[in-house]
Amino acid sequence: MIYIRLFYEFFKTGLLSFGGGMTAVKFLYELAERTDWFTIAEVTNMIAISESTPGPIGINMATYAGYAAAGVPGSILASLGFAFPSMLIVSLVYGFIRRYRDSLLFTSVFSTLRPAAIALMCSAFVSLSMVTLINVDAFATGGLFAVLNYKSIILAAVCFFGIRKFKLPSVVFIAASALIGIVFDFSP
Amino acid sequence: MKDLLEIFWVFAKTGAITFGGGYVMLPIIQREAVENRHWLTEEQLIDFHSLSNCLPGIITLNCAVFIGNYRKGKLGGIAACLGAITPSIIIIMIIAALISGFADIPAVKDAFGGIRACVCALVLNVILKLWKKSVVGRTALVVFICAFACSVFTSVSAALIIIAAGIVGLAIFAVKSASSASGKGGGD
Repeated sequence: MIYIRLFYEFFKTGLLSFGGGMTAVKFLYELAERTDWFTIAEVTNMIAISESTPGPIGINMATYAGYAAAGVPGSILASLGFAFPSMLIVSLVYGFIRRYRDSLLFTSVFSTLRPAAIALMCSAFVSLSMVTLINVDAFATGGLFAVLNYKSIILAAVCFFGIRKFKLPSVVFIAASALIGIVFDFSP
Repeated sequence: MKDLLEIFWVFAKTGAITFGGGYVMLPIIQREAVENRHWLTEEQLIDFHSLSNCLPGIITLNCAVFIGNYRKGKLGGIAACLGAITPSIIIIMIIAALISGFADIPAVKDAFGGIRACVCALVLNVILKLWKKSVVGRTALVVFICAFACSVFTSVSAALIIIAAGIVGLAIFAVKSASSASGKGGGD
């Protein structure tokens, strides 16, 4: 039943997304491929919306993904699933976590979990670029240069340098990109 | 019961205005829980937050559960977590419902085309910001490369990659504690 599966998949995601919401993106891309709940493009839209609304980005994405998969009950179950590991684990370890935080066990495990989480983010970025900046299907008809999605590449580069240089909230760049998309005809 | 509702409400207020990553919630919680209600001290808040970073689950929600648990036991922790996620669930559900109604309008498609290009820039920026903290030293770099290669070029799932990284971390712990035990001739 889709609701149980939604809860389970998002429980798994909430449990293992060590780098925060951005690591969860990779899990969501995989869900997009494994199920017909939502597409990779929709996940990417979710990232932008989550960045622009209050609340942890992971919960926002779970809510949106759950809604796309199964409407209102889907969004509630996905969000609860995603939050459940936090509720469960913190309640369980509350009594004794302090003793172990600086222990060799924790530092060793985190020394490998953090690079793995970043690797998943990079992998998500690769998938994201494939879909957004490159148009693999166009290769057959147009050759090498048709593959590159110039408008998106230029806009992404401009946004990237803008974000690095100007410390404005993400929503400003997202809104500006939306306008540019409309003006310059960015439809896929 | 009244206490639980109050916990729920405080974290709902916090969740409704926390735009951005986990650290943004700290000053708000500081004001609401530490200064206004004296639920905990600032030192405890910082302690809880850094513990939240070390556990699976979402940092913001882990922190909420810690504070709720401290205030009113396990039910307090659950109330805090539910409070933190409720505003964003409602907001995102409304947005999701609206978007699905407007999704086929050409201007909307164009806007999201532009938005997705911006998301590429946002994700890359996050990766670069987290890189220095996450990939420290040779072991971390090796873990990163293996995890990245598995994720991009094989169909190994993100979940397995994280679990495998955790196991490697445990192995490192085992090796390190074995060598320190034999080197010093005993435990601490």
